[in-house]
Amino acid sequence: MPDTVIPHEQALHHALQFSDWAAIRYSSETATHRAVRNDKPESNESSLEEGAMCEVLVDGHFGYAATADLSLSGLQRAFDRAITTTRATSQHKVHSFTPGQRPRTTGVYRSARRRDLDALSVVEITDCLMAASRAMSLSDRLVNRSARAMLVQTQIDYFSSNGSETRQSFDMLDITLAATAAEGLESQTRSWSRTGQFGSEAFDRAAFRENAERVAREALDLLAADNCPSGHMDLVLMPDQMMLQIHESIGHPLELDRILGDERNYAGWSFVKQEDFGRLQYGSSLMNVAFDPGRAHELASYDFDDGGNRATREMLIENGVLRRGLGSLESQVRSGLPGVANFRSASWNRAPIDRMANINLEPGTSSLDELIAQVEHGVLMRTNRSWSIDDYRNKFQFGCEHGQLIENGVLGKLVRNPNYRGVTVDFWNRLAGVGSAAETHGTSFCGKGEPSQIIRVGHASPPCLFRDVDVFGGQS
Amino acid sequence: MSAAVLQEDFINRLREHFDVLSAYVLAQLNAGEELTINVAAEESLFVRFNSNRVRQNTDVEQIGISLRLQSNRRTVEKSRSLGGNMDADRLALMHLLAQCRDEVAVLPLDPNQVPIENNGTSSEEFRGALLAAQDVVAAVVAPAAGCDLAGLYASGIVIRGNCNSKGQRHWFATETFFLDYSIYKGPQAAKGCYAGARWSAVEWASNLARTRTLLALLAKPQQDVKPGAYRTYLAPRAFSDLLGMLGWGALSASAWKQGRSPFKKLAENEARLSPLLSIDENFALGLTPRFNDLGEVSATRLPLIEKGELKTLLVSSRTAKEYGLMANGASEGEGPRAMDVRAGTLAEQDVLQALGTGLYLSNLHYLNWSDPVSARVTGMTRYACFWVEEGEIVGPIRDLRWDESLYSALGSKLMALTSHAEIDPAVDTYYRRALGGSRTPGALIDDFSFTL
Ligand SMILES: [Zn+2]
Repeated sequence: MPDTVIPHEQALHHALQFSDWAAIRYSSETATHRAVRNDKPESNESSLEEGAMCEVLVDGHFGYAATADLSLSGLQRAFDRAITTTRATSQHKVHSFTPGQRPRTTGVYRSARRRDLDALSVVEITDCLMAASRAMSLSDRLVNRSARAMLVQTQIDYFSSNGSETRQSFDMLDITLAATAAEGLESQTRSWSRTGQFGSEAFDRAAFRENAERVAREALDLLAADNCPSGHMDLVLMPDQMMLQIHESIGHPLELDRILGDERNYAGWSFVKQEDFGRLQYGSSLMNVAFDPGRAHELASYDFDDGGNRATREMLIENGVLRRGLGSLESQVRSGLPGVANFRSASWNRAPIDRMANINLEPGTSSLDELIAQVEHGVLMRTNRSWSIDDYRNKFQFGCEHGQLIENGVLGKLVRNPNYRGVTVDFWNRLAGVGSAAETHGTSFCGKGEPSQIIRVGHASPPCLFRDVDVFGGQS
Repeated sequence: MSAAVLQEDFINRLREHFDVLSAYVLAQLNAGEELTINVAAEESLFVRFNSNRVRQNTDVEQIGISLRLQSNRRTVEKSRSLGGNMDADRLALMHLLAQCRDEVAVLPLDPNQVPIENNGTSSEEFRGALLAAQDVVAAVVAPAAGCDLAGLYASGIVIRGNCNSKGQRHWFATETFFLDYSIYKGPQAAKGCYAGARWSAVEWASNLARTRTLLALLAKPQQDVKPGAYRTYLAPRAFSDLLGMLGWGALSASAWKQGRSPFKKLAENEARLSPLLSIDENFALGLTPRFNDLGEVSATRLPLIEKGELKTLLVSSRTAKEYGLMANGASEGEGPRAMDVRAGTLAEQDVLQALGTGLYLSNLHYLNWSDPVSARVTGMTRYACFWVEEGEIVGPIRDLRWDESLYSALGSKLMALTSHAEIDPAVDTYYRRALGGSRTPGALIDDFSFTL
């Protein structure tokens, strides 16, 4: 284990004089954003967020104070603030917790990588982005050619008064290439992204160039394409849209803190009720969904959550039946329902809440060609561009960058502005085919919580076929 | 020591810390180097409520500082959190400056770089009278006894500071709170927000009473409204939700030039909005500093849309440099910071009569562009929303999805704006407590399209 950078033992000792249990979560995150647009540097920025969240249990209530002053006196002051406030608020707590919600855990996690991300030089990164921007330069109509990379290195160390000591180190990469083609009042954007836990080996120059050229060509093609037709038809969703479909209509409604009402005033409640677990036919029997924190390179892999709970793979939905929710030990004890290790925070200055991590749709047996061959009249959609769903996670409407018609089992012409809408459980029960080849995607920007937090999530999925969905196009 | 003295301490301590640190770093600059320094700090208490009880409480003290170094026609920006100890912070900033220099030496030329200038000096401090941390919960929950209340109380000091190597210097500190909440009767809910600089038990009680009145209306029989086009009243908060989309690329000059603005037709005089609609950036609302991250100071009032015609997009100086436009003090994101929508003539007591038969919407939820070229937006209804017949509220609706072009909703379909407008303070708390907000009237819109 690397050396401790903060005096956690003395600080915990101080806190225990006035609390029943205490912990410190130290985190340090360096995020570097580099962007090139139209062959010129757009931004070169980096940030370092370093601080500690001091957590106490007082009279059955967990409370928090965050500080970036990592000296012993700084940590002691933060603990004093946490204890004073928590003692007052504990008289009105939602639940009486115990140290049982903070099990003793020790261990080390290091995200899968061959070389650390900071082995990449500024020049190497800039050259890759510049080459991608230039590779998109196929026409004057490509008014915006953008290449961005975010490189993140995070260290999270957790120490508790009941002996937990975990250290986790993450290297993460988020690359996006986007080309916008415009003519007259019309414009179309096509993008490619790669997001996950990677080292510098994933900064692959050839992939930048190839995908840059492809998205530029496809943006121009979309500019000339017809609008997506409207009507009820079969729908094949590729993994880079399945990701969003899983995120919004499986991940969020299964969060136990939403079901318990914590999130009602912000992101919303859930149509899922406590009595639905073990009973609700969420989707067709082809639907199997896992919480999988152990998948190498997926964005939200980890060994321990921010309450020191060891993370393991769990099935959320099996053969279409709802089995388990996304709830931490606190939500589990409040609801009496099974959950997962997903008590996660955005940074040192936010308390953990129930979050998604990696939520994956398990592969089936069909090749993509076999899925398409089953469609008489339909559309295949790629790459999310628009997302909206109600606060109970029922009525959604999603849009994609790229559509292709399917007629009599054959993939046909390109269409633009493809959208579809539906209601969650009805939609997942229309699942009629699951591909065998999963792709892993993710996003660094899932928002939730009061105070609000963004969190990283991963979603692996194969392409999937849904029957008789309400599809429509744009107005222009 | 009283809480008030501690709170005053944070502003004074930060101001002195920023002065000393920035002077120190600026003194280290070499010939040909120019630097902009920004600080964002806060001392905040967050208390989250569920069932009129406390779910979580978090105290946060944070200082973030950023250095933007411009040298040899290259630009680099680096930021970090600071612990507040002078010696350690000085070292941290010297290290940050060294990193900036290393990068500037190897980055490509930045042809859109905006030269650093002295845009003047300003200082504003707004002191409040906030509840002490240990008194918050009792003050919130007592009048709400018997209510199923969920929401967030946030309070404390928020600071923004800026200076640069040309002698520019800006300072803004404010001490505020908000209680963003909703109350429930089973699945039915009504939303409210109580915000200000001085907590008043009387104001909180009357704010809650108004929301309770709305919740009581939800007890009427639920109405099953089919998708279709209905005359619709958007209460000020709902209209503010809809107009929030203008901050998502629509009014941004760079988005327009990059083919991404849903208001391209408006910007190119191919479309216009309703003559009833006039929108300003209005910093006289006092919700946010007039200076941006470059220290440029916006006009106190900047007309954006006048009687349906676009007066100007929001143009940052970097966009101005790239595309040969005139900058107007916009931030780099080119979104409105203090949007003020001019009120209309429809009196509050006449709203239901003017609506006749249709939908009364208190809040909207989860908006997104569904067809950007047509400025079409989709979203949901949320909280207290009603079916109205012949000027009478019949009962609450089940949430509906809508999908409507802003060219229609803010254009030919816009029938009236109300004479009363409400301030919707920013309650965003991602990364840090946000400043800003908007002021909007209610809007009566014909044939608003509901799809699911
Ligand atoms: Zn999300």
